[in-house]
Amino acid sequence: MGQSVQRLENLFHRRGGKRAYLISLSIVASVALLGLLLHNLIGYRVVAFMLLVAVSVLAMFLEIIPVLLAAILSALIWNFLFIPPRFTLSVGTPEDRMMLLMYFIIAMINAVLTFKIRQMEKVVKAKEEKAKSVQFYDTLLNTLSHELRTPITSIIGCTDNLQTCSPKLTEKDKAELLNEITVAAIRLNQQVENLLNMSRLESGHFQIKKDWCDISDLIHKTLHRLEPNLQRYKMALYIPEDLPLVKLDFGLMEQVIYNLILNVTKHTPEDTLITLQASCEKEKLILTIADNGNGFPPDELQNVFNKFYRLKGSRAGGTGLGLSIVKGLVEAHHGTVRLENLPVRGSKFTIEIASELSSVNKLRDE
Amino acid sequence: MNNTSILVIDDEPQIRKLLSITLQSNDYKVLEASNGKEGLNQAANHPPDLILLDLGLPDDNGHVVLKHLREWFNNPIIILSVQSGEADIVKALDNGANDYLIKPFRTGELLARVRSALRNAANLSQTPVANFNDLSFDFINRVVRKGKTIIKLTTTEYSLLVLLVRNEGKVLTHRYLLNQVWGPAHQNESQYLRVFIAQLRKKIEADPNRPVHIITESGVGYRFITHDSPMI
Repeated sequence: MGQSVQRLENLFHRRGGKRAYLISLSIVASVALLGLLLHNLIGYRVVAFMLLVAVSVLAMFLEIIPVLLAAILSALIWNFLFIPPRFTLSVGTPEDRMMLLMYFIIAMINAVLTFKIRQMEKVVKAKEEKAKSVQFYDTLLNTLSHELRTPITSIIGCTDNLQTCSPKLTEKDKAELLNEITVAAIRLNQQVENLLNMSRLESGHFQIKKDWCDISDLIHKTLHRLEPNLQRYKMALYIPEDLPLVKLDFGLMEQVIYNLILNVTKHTPEDTLITLQASCEKEKLILTIADNGNGFPPDELQNVFNKFYRLKGSRAGGTGLGLSIVKGLVEAHHGTVRLENLPVRGSKFTIEIASELSSVNKLRDE
Repeated sequence: MNNTSILVIDDEPQIRKLLSITLQSNDYKVLEASNGKEGLNQAANHPPDLILLDLGLPDDNGHVVLKHLREWFNNPIIILSVQSGEADIVKALDNGANDYLIKPFRTGELLARVRSALRNAANLSQTPVANFNDLSFDFINRVVRKGKTIIKLTTTEYSLLVLLVRNEGKVLTHRYLLNQVWGPAHQNESQYLRVFIAQLRKKIEADPNRPVHIITESGVGYRFITHDSPMI
């Protein structure tokens, strides 16, 4: 219902200019015709109210000038076609003269008031939107400054410590401080990389370079990079031996799988089983990454791919960019990614990308 | 102190300092240049054994400096890049760079790349045999052994493997490999390369899914490594 009103409004409202005048003229004309048919039955004064209703309705949808035009036109029409003596612009009785004057004033007030109300609505809406985006950027800046400042604080603290207190520090302390610096720097680098990837995706100047990919190589290479994160998880891989080659951007798809698995490790307890499955059907690659963890709250499933969205009550660390980058990269491949909770427990990401496939698995060798 | 000299061309003083300290503490002699022009002059006046070249130089695009250097300079050039853009790296490799490092890099990685590039330069004279831990190559009789067993390789598999092994430690781009093994007419048919790399891994790797010799460089190419060249 709301949608159809919206559409109606779009039809009238958005298309200003000539079209608005046309609509205004034709509605006034059709109501006048209706009045001609009915005026013997209902009297010419009721026709005035009919025309007034028409002008009010127009005021709800059109800009002010076409509405004013409708108001003037309808007053003239009423005078010319209906007020006796008919078919003249002269008005017989003082009563009718009063009526005509009031008709004109009411139509004008109607037009102006409705227009004012609409203007105010617009202002309120704009304010609301602005408030929303201010809030969005506030949260964003908070998260970002926290995510970037924490490792920086740690680095500065550690180096200060090493520079000023070094006589009192044991070798073990020193080693620990140095390790802290490394960990913080790697974390910082990861955040910066996420931000850069996001802005590259957003900028639209993002180029993907598709080439034949060995999916098994792609997956194993990514898992190799993730080894430090996966030590306490169980992995199950299902990659058919005879999987065809697929045309993808290797580096970007590596990022996709990397982010998805990293995300699983962030939101599931240790010892969770992560199942990665690859298959091809009808010129399409299907990758699924499932876990038997706790699943996602059903009302948040929709939002996880949104930029800077983080699950309510999720641990510190992470900017809420990982999954939105996944979505962006998959869409850059003209593919889709979706998330669902599994019936018993855990959740599953499914990526589908249409692509050329090449089954030159066994090449004749010269 | 050995006599190996390395020229660092980078506009960031911080990076030059880091590289100097790291390389000097590993017994390399270090020369520094803060822009392309200075780098070209330095390289001409005191030709170094290896150049570390930043791709993002201010005065001259690093790619241009690389091209100028390669007109006469034959020793290894390793490029440093902040962009993880593979296209940029592939371009530099195709223009004669020997290897690349993406900033931020780990010191271990840097030293490994430097060592391997220098070793490759020294090994340009082709040896008749090569041994890498469990793998041994007899290039004269075209025989490859894993432990004591002879590995049966097809002609194409053998040429591909030898090309990788002869350039041990160095990344070879997809285009280069296709060009060398299949010929210029096939340099876009990367599916051949994928299939043959997979087949080679099955034959020479202990676990083809966790290759320790033939390493994939995402979007760039492949690299043959051995256990004594520690790389990440």
